[in-house]
Amino acid sequence: MSAVLWQVLQIVLVIGISPLITGWVRLVKSRLNGRIGASPFQPYRDVYRLLQKEAVVAHSASWVFRAAPYVTFGSVWLAASIVPAFTTNLFLAQAADLIALVALLGVARFWTALAGMDIGTSFGGLGASREMMIASLAEPAMLMVTFSLSLISGTTAPAQIIAFILSGGVGIEVSLGLALAALVMVAIAENGRIPIDNPATHLELTMVHEAMVLEYSGRHLALMEGAGMVRLTLFMALIGGLFAPWGMAQPGDGALAVLVGLGAFLAKCFILATALGVFETSIAKMRVFRYADFLGGALLLGLLATIFLYVSEAV
Amino acid sequence: MGAQLSYDIAHLIGATVLMAGFSLLYQRRLFAVLNTFAFQALALAAAAAWQAHIQHAPHLYVTAAIALIFKAVIVPIALHWLVEQLGIHRNVETAMSIGWTMMAGVALVALSILLVLPVTANATALTRESLALAMSVVLLGLLMMITRRNAVTQVVGFMALENGLILAAVSAKGMPLVVEISVAFSVLVAMTLFGIFFFRIRERFDTLDLADLETHRGDRQ
Repeated sequence: MSAVLWQVLQIVLVIGISPLITGWVRLVKSRLNGRIGASPFQPYRDVYRLLQKEAVVAHSASWVFRAAPYVTFGSVWLAASIVPAFTTNLFLAQAADLIALVALLGVARFWTALAGMDIGTSFGGLGASREMMIASLAEPAMLMVTFSLSLISGTTAPAQIIAFILSGGVGIEVSLGLALAALVMVAIAENGRIPIDNPATHLELTMVHEAMVLEYSGRHLALMEGAGMVRLTLFMALIGGLFAPWGMAQPGDGALAVLVGLGAFLAKCFILATALGVFETSIAKMRVFRYADFLGGALLLGLLATIFLYVSEAV
Repeated sequence: MGAQLSYDIAHLIGATVLMAGFSLLYQRRLFAVLNTFAFQALALAAAAAWQAHIQHAPHLYVTAAIALIFKAVIVPIALHWLVEQLGIHRNVETAMSIGWTMMAGVALVALSILLVLPVTANATALTRESLALAMSVVLLGLLMMITRRNAVTQVVGFMALENGLILAAVSAKGMPLVVEISVAFSVLVAMTLFGIFFFRIRERFDTLDLADLETHRGDRQ
């Protein structure tokens, strides 16, 4: 029974705090740039404003264009609700593993790219082709991370991986460090952050994600932006959960443990969001032709994590 | 402190040295290469100090100090100075694309692990793993010497290779201090010689790209 309750809380939580996390990253970046910056609650107002507006759709748009925001947001939200954020005692925890998570994110990306091409403008097609290039490099890296984690813990379900790490069965494992580095690189690419993509840009030559959603307005744009915010929270929950699961409540724990888990989750999110803001401020965006090196590096780190696991097993 | 934890930390520091070796292969700018090399030497010093702690071998602290002072400070500063004097702080020319180089690097790491593990079947777990790591670092240094066309980056590759040798030396028990000191000083001498060579090569050929030397050697018409 409590599993269902925590699942509902998780579903509400990820959508509830996602705009705040995005707003916090923007605030950190503004402060580091010497600007005062908007309040961290500004994204809530933005989404509310967009929801009030009329959705303008081009004549050339087909049903794909109109359906894409709902599918994208739905699949990202579903993915975020199966990643354990504050407790592993979730109703859907058995239903989905990390591979299903990658697939759900893939569905979201596929529909966004379709929508970018559907409208027939040159920017949409350009953004879609770049997004697919990034995806073709980021997905194998993400799967490699999944494999090395599942080799350590013997399962691909995030809840059981977390339980295994919390039980103290693993020491300081080099493979885990490498997998963490690879996952952080993948997360940067998947969320369209600097150095891969600039979430704040409206300069057409450099944008990837923004180029695909350029033609959206009103509630469609709100859903697309919301999907981006939820995806950022998802990756923070994934990194914080798999690699620093301390404070997470386990099945059988009471409501107090869940409260501790909630506090730990919020703390992790704010640490990661601040780190992201600092990181994005301190480096420049890459050229498109260097993405392959960056994400290829992530793939190789994942591969090395698996190789080192083999060493630890053999010794 | 448990044996498992000290083993894990040694493993982690060794892997940091190896990762620095990979990021040396990834860098495109000369100064970034030098900074990464300094970081690798720093990690090496940490590895030596940690081995001194867990092996109860105080002479390894001297090795750590040598690595810290010479390899993490003096050599990078000297190379910085050289590069500034030579005026070549631009992109590094690579003979192979970065992606292929990195893939070759992973293949070399896998190779060294496959090679070292069966050979050292009787040694302790810590030694085996450190040797596998050290051999990977050596091979990555060799790879860097092969895939870079600029003389300065080839020298950095040589120094990285030597970092791998020191890593192997500190993880094997009973390495006399004299050997380590003489290796460290020979590297310093080599570095001085390299500096002189850089100036000579540039004076003569107006470039540090070693591909241009091949015509003078008679390899290419």
